[in-house]
Amino acid sequence: MASEVNTSFLKDRRLDRIATDILRPVGVDRGFYIWMASLGTLLLVCLYAYFIQLDKGLIVTGLRDYVSWGMYISNFVFFVATSLVGMLISSVLGMMGYKWIKPIGRIAEIIAVAFSAVAGLVIVSDMGRPERLPYVFMYGRIQSPILWDVTVVTTYMTLSILLYILTMIPDMAISRGRIGHAPTWLQKTYEFLSFNFKHTPEQYKILLKAVRILLILIVPTAFAIHTVTSWLFAVTTRPGWDSTIFGPYFLSGAFVAGSAAVIILMFFVRNNYKLNRYITLEHFDKMGKLLFLVSIVYFYFNLNEYLVPAYKMKTFEARHLTELFVGEFAFMFWSVQLLGLIIPMILLLFKPMRKPMPMLLIAIVVLIASWFKRLLIVVPTMESPFLPKQHVPDAWMVYHPTIVETAITIGTITLAVMIISVLMKLFPVIPIWEVAEEESAHPDQQPVE
Amino acid sequence: MTEKKTSLSRRNFLRNAGVTAGTLVATSTLPSFNAVLFAAVKRNTKGPWYGIAIDIEKCIGCGTCAKTCKIENNVPQEPFFFRSWVEQYTIRKDGSLKVESPNGGIDGFTQSVPADQIEKTFFVPKMCNHCAKSPCVQVCPVGATYETEEGIVLVDEKYCIGCKYCIQACPYGCRYFHPDKHVADKCTLCFHRIKKGLNPACMDNCPTKARISGDLNDPESAISKFIRTKNVYVLKPHLNTGSKLYYNALNQEVR
Repeated sequence: MASEVNTSFLKDRRLDRIATDILRPVGVDRGFYIWMASLGTLLLVCLYAYFIQLDKGLIVTGLRDYVSWGMYISNFVFFVATSLVGMLISSVLGMMGYKWIKPIGRIAEIIAVAFSAVAGLVIVSDMGRPERLPYVFMYGRIQSPILWDVTVVTTYMTLSILLYILTMIPDMAISRGRIGHAPTWLQKTYEFLSFNFKHTPEQYKILLKAVRILLILIVPTAFAIHTVTSWLFAVTTRPGWDSTIFGPYFLSGAFVAGSAAVIILMFFVRNNYKLNRYITLEHFDKMGKLLFLVSIVYFYFNLNEYLVPAYKMKTFEARHLTELFVGEFAFMFWSVQLLGLIIPMILLLFKPMRKPMPMLLIAIVVLIASWFKRLLIVVPTMESPFLPKQHVPDAWMVYHPTIVETAITIGTITLAVMIISVLMKLFPVIPIWEVAEEESAHPDQQPVE
Repeated sequence: MTEKKTSLSRRNFLRNAGVTAGTLVATSTLPSFNAVLFAAVKRNTKGPWYGIAIDIEKCIGCGTCAKTCKIENNVPQEPFFFRSWVEQYTIRKDGSLKVESPNGGIDGFTQSVPADQIEKTFFVPKMCNHCAKSPCVQVCPVGATYETEEGIVLVDEKYCIGCKYCIQACPYGCRYFHPDKHVADKCTLCFHRIKKGLNPACMDNCPTKARISGDLNDPESAISKFIRTKNVYVLKPHLNTGSKLYYNALNQEVR
């Protein structure tokens, strides 16, 4: 990000066109109401499932003493993972000076906000005594990885929300008088969120400084949240988790999931909001290359994570790996590795595959696969304990998620989609001022729509 | 007009307060790093330091210990909750292993492997190892599980948030999730009895005196003599948990 803003873009006639384009979809319409109402109904059903769990306890889930962490924790890891893309795109690529990320930076931020906020709730769903959540803050022990996780997840969420709001201040000010089609309460919200911004160079200077500090702070925080999440597993002695590369392994996987999520939203913004002038074919091409890059790093870590123990085949590791490679989990394992990693990597090498439609399909498969990948990290290790599986009831031996558990998990995903929908529909989804400044600085460049 | 910043301006005050608070918070975390590195309560040398010893050669697999424990400690009956249980190990002639523990051994055992295939069979009673470097205590986010100064690992059910981290951190499978209280639960070495000078219920009711517990600090105690005179071994010693449950004649197949 540049250290100064050339405010001449405010007088450029292009600003009018850009602002009108980007603000056109803003507001509430019938489609939005129907969409939110259906999501809300689904969420209510899922909340009822959570009510059952609160009432009867975790016995209504498939979790037992052998598999005491299941779908909830995998879902938590998935949410934390996907939220990291905000850091990758806004902070890392942004601070390295890549200009093309400007129109999609806010999409990445929306994902970061929604997914990190819901991640905190997901972990509560796994607690037997959720009403004692404040104890974590009141009596927290710094030795416990759970405390590290709680600390950094809340920090990352706060930083992401701050970054989202701060970078939107000039847009809120630009929108003054331009969102007559939106309801009054929304116009008032815009007025409030503009914090009386007047576009003075001094204000931009302060804003850029604040944003820069946030961008820098977000890098170590984001690294921390996923490294610490991986340490939840890696600090225990269980085969499959007892690994020293879990931190980078999780991080690289997080970027794969997050990039896929960004691509899905980009496709939606481009087609439904008719913003193909701003989210261009070039953006899809670049995101395709980015997804390939993070996938190949993730592939490298997968190779390390599975091949090295598979060479040694230590007693209990061998039991775990056999389950994954040829045993009970083989179908899920190979589907995830092939469909979620290897095949997308190969496809993305070809330019026609980096067009919006193929990219959307690839991204959806990759995102779904990355959810199952988290399940494959959590459950098989718990199912092949290095204890003898004794004479237990069948339901205790093998993990079968129950309907209640599945409903709660679907509920968390629904909630994340709702947050994303609100942020994408009620606020400009592309930073107007950054795009206008960029176009004003390079007036000759024509976007390849 | 430029305003001269006095040393007591609000900005300076806030900054100094922030620095002080930050330093205090940072310093206050330092002592706990001790526990991060060693995860151990210092062995108490003044009072008693409890350990357990089980003689596998004496165990007849009657399951009285498991049954007694459920009655004494009000452990949920169904379907599979135990603070103390017995496993039957059967090594077949082809070297393969079968482990069984129907209802934790409470109802006794029937051998499911045909007699002509059996090479060796024995019972392994299991319970909390009351480790000196407990992996379960190490990971608890709120300190609901802790080691007493007598070296006994307990759970405070009033503080447990039910995250289940300790259940999967325990390499011996000694913890379970209480279906009614929604918290982690485990063997207390009958803390309520020990405090009255009694033995744990499972020890007192063992018909063959296969299990004893006592003060490891007292060189004359039965357990100290047991450890000195027998070939004792702990479970999974490579994990360095500081287990204080010593088995005599433990087969290497036991895990």
